[in-house]
Amino acid sequence: MNSTQKPSRIKWHIFVFLAPAVLVYTAVMIYPLFNTLRLSLYSEVAQAREFVGLENFKTLFGDENWSKQFWNALGNNFWFFIIHMLVQNPIGILLAAILSHPKLRFASFYRSAIFIPTILSFVIVGFAWKLILSPIWGIAPGMLDAVGLKSLYAPWLGREAYALTTLSLVSVWQFVGIPMMLIYAALLSIPEEILEAGECDGITGAAAFWKIKLPLILPSIGIISILTFVANFNAFDLIYAAQGALAGPDFSTDILGTFMYRTFFGFQLQLGDPHMGSAIASAMFAIILVGVCIYLFAIQSRMRRYQF
Amino acid sequence: MLKRTITGSLLATTVLCTNAMAQDVTLTIESWRNDDLAIWQEQIIPAFEAANPGIKIKFTPSAPAEYNAVLNSKLDAGSAGDLVTCRPFDASLALYDAGHLANLSDLDGMNNFSDVAKSGWSTDDGSATFCVPMASVIHGFIYNKDAFSEVGVEVPSTEAEFFAALEKIKEDGNYIPMAMGTNDQWEAATMGYNNIGPNYWKGEEGRLALINGDQKLTDPQWVAPFSQLAKWGAYLGDGYEAQTYPDSQNIFTLGRAAIYPAGSWEISGFNNLVDFEMGAFNPPVQAAGDTCYISDHTDIAIGMNAKTAHPEETKTFLNWVGSAEFAKIYANALPGFFSLSNHEVGMEDPLAQEFVSWRSKCESSIRSTYQILSRGTPNLENETWNASVAVIRGNETPEAAGERLQKGLASWYAPQQ
Repeated sequence: MNSTQKPSRIKWHIFVFLAPAVLVYTAVMIYPLFNTLRLSLYSEVAQAREFVGLENFKTLFGDENWSKQFWNALGNNFWFFIIHMLVQNPIGILLAAILSHPKLRFASFYRSAIFIPTILSFVIVGFAWKLILSPIWGIAPGMLDAVGLKSLYAPWLGREAYALTTLSLVSVWQFVGIPMMLIYAALLSIPEEILEAGECDGITGAAAFWKIKLPLILPSIGIISILTFVANFNAFDLIYAAQGALAGPDFSTDILGTFMYRTFFGFQLQLGDPHMGSAIASAMFAIILVGVCIYLFAIQSRMRRYQF
Repeated sequence: MLKRTITGSLLATTVLCTNAMAQDVTLTIESWRNDDLAIWQEQIIPAFEAANPGIKIKFTPSAPAEYNAVLNSKLDAGSAGDLVTCRPFDASLALYDAGHLANLSDLDGMNNFSDVAKSGWSTDDGSATFCVPMASVIHGFIYNKDAFSEVGVEVPSTEAEFFAALEKIKEDGNYIPMAMGTNDQWEAATMGYNNIGPNYWKGEEGRLALINGDQKLTDPQWVAPFSQLAKWGAYLGDGYEAQTYPDSQNIFTLGRAAIYPAGSWEISGFNNLVDFEMGAFNPPVQAAGDTCYISDHTDIAIGMNAKTAHPEETKTFLNWVGSAEFAKIYANALPGFFSLSNHEVGMEDPLAQEFVSWRSKCESSIRSTYQILSRGTPNLENETWNASVAVIRGNETPEAAGERLQKGLASWYAPQQ
C-alpha cells in the first residue's frame, strides 16, 4: 500500500504541526520586533503619526540631553555584563566542577539549593535583597557587626559608587544556577575513558580539569557567555524592582532597559514617547545583534569540536 | 475527565453570573490611590450605590509610580475604565488633547468649583475643563509631640528655630531628627524643595514669574530652598541614602523620628499606625513676621473616558462627585485630602484641621514644576527630584543645581531663552 504513494506528495502534517509555534512566535515576537523598528522611524506631530526617517536616532545620539543618558545607560550595561562574566560564570564553572566530583555527598541537594533563586521572581529577589541590605531594618549591618566588621557596612544601594555593582552581584546570586547547570551537564557527558586514558598518562586531579575537562566544555562556556550577554543587555526587571524607573541614585544604575521604559511609557510628569522609546529599543536590538554576530562568526566558527 | 468537568462548570458559572448581573451597569474607576481601596469600597461606593440603584462601581487602582504608564497603555488599547482619576496639569491635558478624556465643562457638578480649583484640569486658555476636582493636598511638617516635649523643643516658626530644634534633637540622641530618605528621590523634591520653597519664591508670584520667563531658576529665591536642603543631610538618619519612602513612614510612625516632612495625604495612614500624639507645623519662614506661603496643591480629580460605553451613568457619578455629600464623605474618610469644592465641609480630624487652618493664615500656591514647565525634555519635575537629592547628599552645590535646572528648562522653553 505505502509503496504506491508518490514520495513528492506535500507533507501537510508538517505545516499543521509547525503552525501553532510559528503563529504564536510571529504574533508575540516577530511582529512586535519589526513594528518596533518601524515605529522608531515615526514621530508624533500635532496628534498625528508622521514619518521622520532617522530623526529620532539623530536626537538620541546628537542631543546632549538624550545622548548623555544613552551612553550612561550603555556604560552601566557593560559594567553589569562584565561583573556577570567575571563573577557569575567562573563561580558557575567552579560549582559545576565541585558538584561533578563523584565523592561529593548531598550533591543533588546543593544543586537544587543553588538553582532555586533562578526560579524566583525578580520582584521577590529585588525586594528581599533591598530589605537585607537596608540600613534601617536589614540584617546586613547586624551580621557584619556580629563579626566586628560594622565599619565595612555602607548603604550600598544608596551610593552611586556601589549601587550598580551591588545589584549586579544580586543578579549573579540569582542566576549562578544556570551556568552551573549547563556546565554540569557538559561535564557529565565527558566519557570516563578519556579521563582514564589521561590518568594512565599521569594527568589527575586539578590537571585533569585544566587539560582535559575545560577544553571539552569550552563550547558550553561560549553558549553561556552569549546567553549572559543577551540577558544582561535586555535586563530591566531587577533594577526596576529595586531602584524604580528613575534608576537612582542619580541614574547610577540606569541601564538600557530602564532608560527605554522611562522613555516609552513615561514617568511621573514625563509623558511617554513611544517613538523615542522604540528608537532606544532598536538601538538595544542593534547592540545585541552585533554582539551575537561577533560571537557566531568570530568565536564559534573557530571553536574546535571533539567527537567522542 | 475531571478537569473537563471543572472547566465546563466554571464556564457555566461565568455565563450564569454575567446573565444575573446584566441589568446593572458597572463602571470601573482607574486610580493610583491603592491606599484608599478600603475607603472606596466601604464608604464612598456604598453611599453612591444606595442613592443610584442600577449603577455599580468598581474601584481598580494600580501602583502610584506606574499609574501614568499603565493608564496610557490601557487608553491606547481601549481597555481603560469608564472613570479615570486625573493627575493634575499636563498628564491629564495630554489625555484630553489625545481625545481620551471627555470635555466636562457643561457638567452641572462643575458649578461647585472655583476657577483656581479647576485650573489643574483645564486647557491652557481655560475654555474646557475635563476632570471634576476632588481634592488638594497641603505640604508641611508632621511632628511627634511626645518627642518634642521629651527633648524640650518648641514648634519652630522660623528657619533659625527649625535648625536649632533639629540640632537639639540630634544632640539628645534618642530620636532621629527628621525621617526622610533619598532612595526614591521624589520625597526630596516634593516634601523638600516644593514644601519649603514657596516661602522663598513667594508662592504664586514666583511660580507665575517663572512661567512667564521673568524669573530664572538661578535667581536667589529659587536657589535658596536648595541651600536649605543642603543643610538637611546632617539631620536625616544613618544610611538615609538607601532609605525608601515606606522606610521613612515606618520610622516616623514607630516613634523613632521626631519630624517628618510631609504632605497632608499621610494623615489617614499615620492615624491608624501611631501611638503618640502628632502635631503639624507649616514650613518655617525666613524671619519672624514674614508672610508664610504653603503648597496647597491641586492633586486629584476624576474624569470620563471619552470612549466609555455608559456616558450617562458616568456623568451621574461625576455629578455626585461634585456634590456636598461626596465632599463630606471624602474629606472625612481621607483626612488630609481637602475638598476643592465651594461646599462648607466640616472635618473632625485635629491634624487635618491644623493643616487646613494654614489656608487662612498663609498664602496658597501649587507646586512650581507642575504647570507647563514639565512639558519638554528634560522634564523639569524629574530633574528637580534628581537635583534635590544631589544637593541633600552634598554631591552638587545649590548654585550648580539651579544652573543645571535652568539650562535644561531653557533648552526647550521659549520664555526662558
